[in-house]
Amino acid sequence: RAVESQSEGQCAPVDSLWRRYSEFELLRNYLSVTYPHIVVPPLPEKRADFVWHKLSADNMDPDFVERRRIGLENFLLRVASHPVLCQDKIFYAFLTQEGGWKEMVNETGFQLKADSRLKALNATFRVKNPDKRFTELKHYSDELQSVISHLLRVRARVADRLYGVYKVHGNYGRVFSEWSAIEKEMGDGLQSAGHHMDVYAASIDDILEEEEHYADQLKEYLFYAEALRAVCRKHELMQYDLEMAAQDLTSKKQQCEELATGTVRTFSLKGMTSKLFGQETPEQREAKIKVLEEQIQEGEEQLKSKNLEGRDFVKSAWADIERFKEQKNHDLKEALISYAVMQISMCKKGIQVWTNAKECFSKM
Amino acid sequence: DTSLAEVNSFSPSVPISPSSMINQYKFEDGPELRDLFVTVDDPESHITAIETFITYRVVTKTTRGEFDSSEFEVRRRYQDFLWLKSKLEEAHPTLIIPPLPEKFIMKGMVERFSDEFIETRRKALHKFLNRIADHPTLTFNEDFKIFLTAQAWELSSHKKQGPSLLSRMGQTVRAVASSVRGAVKNRPEMFTEMNNYMETFSQKMNLLDKIARRIYKEEREYFNEMKEYGPIHTLWSASEEDIADSLKGIASCIDRCCKATEKRMAGLSEHLLPILHEYVLYSEILMGVLKRRDQIQGELESKVDALASKKTEKDLFSEEIGKLEDKVERANNALKADWDRWKQNMQWDMRSSFTNVAENNLRYYEE
Repeated sequence: RAVESQSEGQCAPVDSLWRRYSEFELLRNYLSVTYPHIVVPPLPEKRADFVWHKLSADNMDPDFVERRRIGLENFLLRVASHPVLCQDKIFYAFLTQEGGWKEMVNETGFQLKADSRLKALNATFRVKNPDKRFTELKHYSDELQSVISHLLRVRARVADRLYGVYKVHGNYGRVFSEWSAIEKEMGDGLQSAGHHMDVYAASIDDILEEEEHYADQLKEYLFYAEALRAVCRKHELMQYDLEMAAQDLTSKKQQCEELATGTVRTFSLKGMTSKLFGQETPEQREAKIKVLEEQIQEGEEQLKSKNLEGRDFVKSAWADIERFKEQKNHDLKEALISYAVMQISMCKKGIQVWTNAKECFSKM
Repeated sequence: DTSLAEVNSFSPSVPISPSSMINQYKFEDGPELRDLFVTVDDPESHITAIETFITYRVVTKTTRGEFDSSEFEVRRRYQDFLWLKSKLEEAHPTLIIPPLPEKFIMKGMVERFSDEFIETRRKALHKFLNRIADHPTLTFNEDFKIFLTAQAWELSSHKKQGPSLLSRMGQTVRAVASSVRGAVKNRPEMFTEMNNYMETFSQKMNLLDKIARRIYKEEREYFNEMKEYGPIHTLWSASEEDIADSLKGIASCIDRCCKATEKRMAGLSEHLLPILHEYVLYSEILMGVLKRRDQIQGELESKVDALASKKTEKDLFSEEIGKLEDKVERANNALKADWDRWKQNMQWDMRSSFTNVAENNLRYYEE
């Protein structure tokens, strides 16, 4: 089924690509809200980041557009290969339904289910007993994000410098050729050595282009960190909700008890005013107790279901997190290996060029 | 002028010795045929009320009879080297006197008396003296001998004995007069070719010098960035379990690449950069030599012109002209021979320097 994933933004003209990207964003938002326990694959970057001087920071640059296309395709493949997400009808429609898809998504009303940012932030600060594993995971995702972005920044600078070293050697080619014109015995050696210098200088372009793909692989996991954090935040929110509900229940029970026994354990303005201005009638008190008892009943049921929800969430989220961890370890290991292979190939090319150059020099 | 007479009896293509004693390349004629060995080392700084300057130790070992002893050790400062160079130029106006390191470097990369600057200068001074020692004519120059053997006070008093201010002024006047006169009329084809060659050669040397220095700079910047690159992977490995080893492996590889880069840079700065710089200086020297040769010929031509207009004092003039004609011929021969020698050495230097660069790069990529 996943094979049908022709990225619809592929051959579209430039301005519809922008629309398409926003539709990808819409899809992802929908998935994040609908499946908060899943680590939803990230989209490729909207703007060119971590550029070094050769790569244009321009979003219209053909190289950037192409790499983004690959990133979007990758995103769809990730979703399609996820055991839960691939079954989603909206996702299926994204792949197959040309018109009216946007309306279809909005009709699901998923935006209403989204948690407010403020609520989430509040929960993060105030939650008392989140599952330790999620707290650790949050720290891990912060570390991962920080270290990968640092790595990508330095890699871009290294690439820039490497580019400089190779390209300046190209100047040798030109000058050697001009110099060889006035030399009799050295002329041939110089001329052919110059040619090899040109080859050397030109070789860096392909090398660095390959490295960009490696950088993109790392970038995906940089963005995955945010997806991890989103799951942790959801847990904190649910846990906080649970704690608040339990706290609310406890205080209601206490209130009830106080009213029933007439003792005031906690200070309350109402208690003070009733002491000052006279107590309520027994009928009023009875009515209050009845209301509270109903609320307590409701509260206990709610607490039970929230507890269940929370435990289910933790269970299914953690299962997906384990799946994610395996995927991450596998992917990153492969990326690192391919990086090493790239470096080896670069060195082999260097050896070839300089072996040839050495021969030319020794014939001077 | 006995020194000029020996010009025709030398053996060609004696390779120039390299900059450091450590990498002595094999000489074509073998070191056994050398009878004079010179080293420059041990820079020491001297502080007086007026100035601060550096002296270098110059050690000479020789089996030559005309030297009073077989070993000499003296201290010389940069000024003394300048003096020697100008004496050699005076005595042999059409021989190619090796370049001296510059007085100061305007680049601002190196401070006036920093260790790096002093070491670079020391190596260049060492090379300077060795090139003179290897030169079939210059090696027997009297001022050279005095430079190598005289104690400080002896050298000072000898220096003061130089040609009088008046005669030096006369020389300058003649030089100015000849340049005012304009280009020499009957310059032999060979020297015009040399001139054209030198113009292009000089241009290309300057370019190569700039290119090589730029490459060094880029390699240095690359090295600086790489230093930061490895440790990031180690930092990352601390957060990971499964891939920690892979990350640490990459970190250690990057660090090894760093070391290899350092070696490559050192190779450039020790071999190629000094050589290219020397040949930039040589270009200027050679243009000067060609000019001086032109001047000598110019003297002859002006005398010939004078003769043409004063037919009466023919006899007086013809003796002078005869002398000048000899002078011109000797100068031309000296230059021609030295030019051939210089070209051979230049080829050897270029070949070995660039081959060395290629080898360094091979080693770098292999590591």
